[in-house]
Amino acid sequence: MKKIFQLGGLQILKEIEKGNLSKEEVYHHFKERIERIDPLINSFIEVYDYQSTQKGVPLAVKDNICIQGKRISCASRILSSHIAVYDATVIRKIKQEGLLILGTTNMDEFAFGSSCENSCYYPTKNPWNLGKVAGGSSGGSAAAVAARLVPFALGSDTGGSIRQPAAFCGVVGFKPTYGRVSRFGLVAFGSSLDQIGPITTNFSDCAYLLNIICGFDEGDSTSANIEVSDFKKALIEDVRGLKIGIPQEYFQEGLDEEVREAVFEVAKSLEKKGAKISEISLPHSQYAVATYYIIACSEASSNLQRFDGIKYGYRKDNKDLLDLYKETREEGFGVEVKRRVFLGTYSLASGYYDDYYLRALKVRTLIRKDFEKAFSCVDIILTPTSPTPAFGLGEKIEDPLGMYLSDIYTVSVNLAGVPAVSFPCGFTKEDLPVGAQLIGRPFEEAMLVKVGYTYENSHKDFFEKIPPLGDG
Amino acid sequence: MDNFEVVIGLEVHVQLATFSKIFCSCPVDPDAPPNTYICPICCGYPGVLPVLNKKALELAVRVALALNCRINRRIYFERKNYFYPDLPKNYQISQYKLPLGEEGNLPLGERKIRIKRVHLEEDAGKLIHKEKYSLVDFNRCGTPLLEIVSYPDLSSPQEAFRYLNELKMVIQYVGASSCDMEKGILRCDANISLRRREEKKLGVKVELKNMNTFRGVKEALEYEVTRQKRILEEGKEVIQETRLWDDKAKKTFPMRTKEEACDYRYFPEPDLVDFVIDEELIKKEKEFVGELPYLRRERFKKDYSLSEKEVEVLISQKKLADFFEESYKFFPQAKKITNWIIGPFLELVYKLEGGWQNVKISPKKFAQIVDYFSSGKLNNLGAKKVLDLALTTDKDIDEIIEKEGLAQVSLEEELERFIEEVIKDNPKPIKDYKEGKRGALQFLIGQVMRKTKGRANPKVVSSILERRLK
Repeated sequence: MKKIFQLGGLQILKEIEKGNLSKEEVYHHFKERIERIDPLINSFIEVYDYQSTQKGVPLAVKDNICIQGKRISCASRILSSHIAVYDATVIRKIKQEGLLILGTTNMDEFAFGSSCENSCYYPTKNPWNLGKVAGGSSGGSAAAVAARLVPFALGSDTGGSIRQPAAFCGVVGFKPTYGRVSRFGLVAFGSSLDQIGPITTNFSDCAYLLNIICGFDEGDSTSANIEVSDFKKALIEDVRGLKIGIPQEYFQEGLDEEVREAVFEVAKSLEKKGAKISEISLPHSQYAVATYYIIACSEASSNLQRFDGIKYGYRKDNKDLLDLYKETREEGFGVEVKRRVFLGTYSLASGYYDDYYLRALKVRTLIRKDFEKAFSCVDIILTPTSPTPAFGLGEKIEDPLGMYLSDIYTVSVNLAGVPAVSFPCGFTKEDLPVGAQLIGRPFEEAMLVKVGYTYENSHKDFFEKIPPLGDG
Repeated sequence: MDNFEVVIGLEVHVQLATFSKIFCSCPVDPDAPPNTYICPICCGYPGVLPVLNKKALELAVRVALALNCRINRRIYFERKNYFYPDLPKNYQISQYKLPLGEEGNLPLGERKIRIKRVHLEEDAGKLIHKEKYSLVDFNRCGTPLLEIVSYPDLSSPQEAFRYLNELKMVIQYVGASSCDMEKGILRCDANISLRRREEKKLGVKVELKNMNTFRGVKEALEYEVTRQKRILEEGKEVIQETRLWDDKAKKTFPMRTKEEACDYRYFPEPDLVDFVIDEELIKKEKEFVGELPYLRRERFKKDYSLSEKEVEVLISQKKLADFFEESYKFFPQAKKITNWIIGPFLELVYKLEGGWQNVKISPKKFAQIVDYFSSGKLNNLGAKKVLDLALTTDKDIDEIIEKEGLAQVSLEEELERFIEEVIKDNPKPIKDYKEGKRGALQFLIGQVMRKTKGRANPKVVSSILERRLK
């Protein structure tokens, strides 16, 4: 008999419904686990008291999604005392479903980062190796799910913030099509790129959460009024005749050898089940990181202006208004936030706008067209999620450019607005998980679920392996 | 302006008369107590998103059409970034590169004042400065605001004043705003420069702010004309700056600012999608535009033989002009209808609590009163009384007359009795009259009016008395 934490979210739900487990028992099981194990990895920011809900399966939420009456900090000092006054649309849906919101998870401040080290609280460590980063920015959610401190969690993905930590921690991280999930209540980073998505240990749970959170919301003008299919129906093993593209640009210099091999193994495995593999080209890939950082930082510089000490959050009082702004933001924001606000402000400044922001928008269109072209030949694209497995804590914190380059395989997806998922596809010799990324056509999330599920069925060990954190 | 030509352009902001704000569902109410009509969206809380109020877009299109603008069929919003405590997000959702309407005009008599652009944006809140601190009222945040920028086509403060009045009338006519400047629903900044008549190049321009009435705009411009003229005549140069109008001192003063170039870093608002202004919307809004005041003015002058002043009063408010024309249908005597509208009717409306809103009388019944007055069925006093009683009720006119006993008594037989009594009771005035004092007759008429409680037809009474006292 498996222990509770070894079960997926849906399995726990089934046991609760059958009467084999009580909701309180499940809550206390995870609460006890968090108390015992989380001090090692620091994945949670806050764990809530038990509350009776209809279904009782616990879920953790990244600390940039509003839960009414709860603290929402975005792991920033400037918001550390802020209480959300309303529920994000996804939270309203989660509550309607009757899941239990267990607590909030750590992240890079305002989702700016790829390592979960830029938190005003503490860095989150990789459950597979405490000397490595969890990835970011949804590192808390990914680490908590990987360590089985919670069956599943919500993250947000602006340039890989769900997929990269999912890859580093060996779990499934899904970024839906831009417009598929309401952003209402998600503290904005790059408004034209942000999407909320699930982080789970398997594709069945992933489909379950997608069913809950996807769909049109009139409170979000960028939300797509396009029908959502039942993702449970995509949980079938069927890749026969499926055309999978491998972009040559994603397998060049800088890609770790073990990661390359693991991803090729995925291709082989799917080929064996009837898929057709072909090489494709996404020619503008080399510009993706630069384009992404200009657009994301420009939007972020504007989005973060509201944190000024006037209305809510941290304030450094001063008789002079300008000094109040300056000192509040100087003390309230961390280094990486300031770096990106500077970068974005510069890109939008008159005299620079045309050369940076406007040019980035044009390249973004080219990148989107790359995908459109690719998807006229193939059904789905397979790539590594990250060029390397989890890197060392502190290794890249002084090297922002190196850090940004770790997003090289994920940012294009957000620029193009297409859906993508990272899932575990093996382990390195150091026993660090490796993630593979599947990219799909806009609003064809179901296809990703189907292919992922097919792969998972023959590689259950990658999905079920639990990091050794003193559990006997 | 002898040697100098005055060049003025106006930038007008008008709050649109929607029930709710432009990007959230909070009500718009300029009179609400501070910070009562606010929500996480208009206060810029973390995580909120704007959703465009379609009504605001419709009203904006309507005004742009009324100002003969070219409507851009696909519009988007942009963020104007700057830090100020009355702007919760520290950016204003506005339009920059592609305004909703461009290249319009407003006819002003013989001239056409060109409109450069009309764009839609959100209003900011208000700061209330106390001695040692400042307070913010966010109620106004997110009120839909239309910016209307004219070309520098206005050539005098008086013309600027007329432009404002005409613009206000147009916007009121199409039902887009009350344009109440004292309440801040309409706000106006002005650009003014002077140049010598022979000079082709525009002079150095000064921006004027802080005018709170149309008259204030005119006075501020007049002050600037004098000030700039004096500077130029002294051979000096006008400094390009923003000046604030002080309505008490009747002077403009340079605005104190920190010398910092402001870069608004405009970029497309990623939280909103593009909006298509389709043929259907344009068609619908065109219908709402209807006959504009300057066209109506010309038609009134042509169709009804009224004085210019009378026409101006009638067309000053669409409701009033409509009321006139409806009433005219039932009693086609323009002069008489006009006299009764401009006189007793407006007097009563101004005194009425709630004003126009509570006027219930139909034009048909109003015309009936004027008709009864003209035919002698009601005398002046009686007609006014009936109007007063029908104004807020629209009760049946005949019933009121019946109930209040206001029908004018013109029948001689009926009046004879009262006149007989008056003659009997007033031997002295009768003596005076017979001795040639014409004034005594007025007194006697007054006595009859009193006895009949004002219902007697004074003309008939006068002729009977004259006959009897011969």
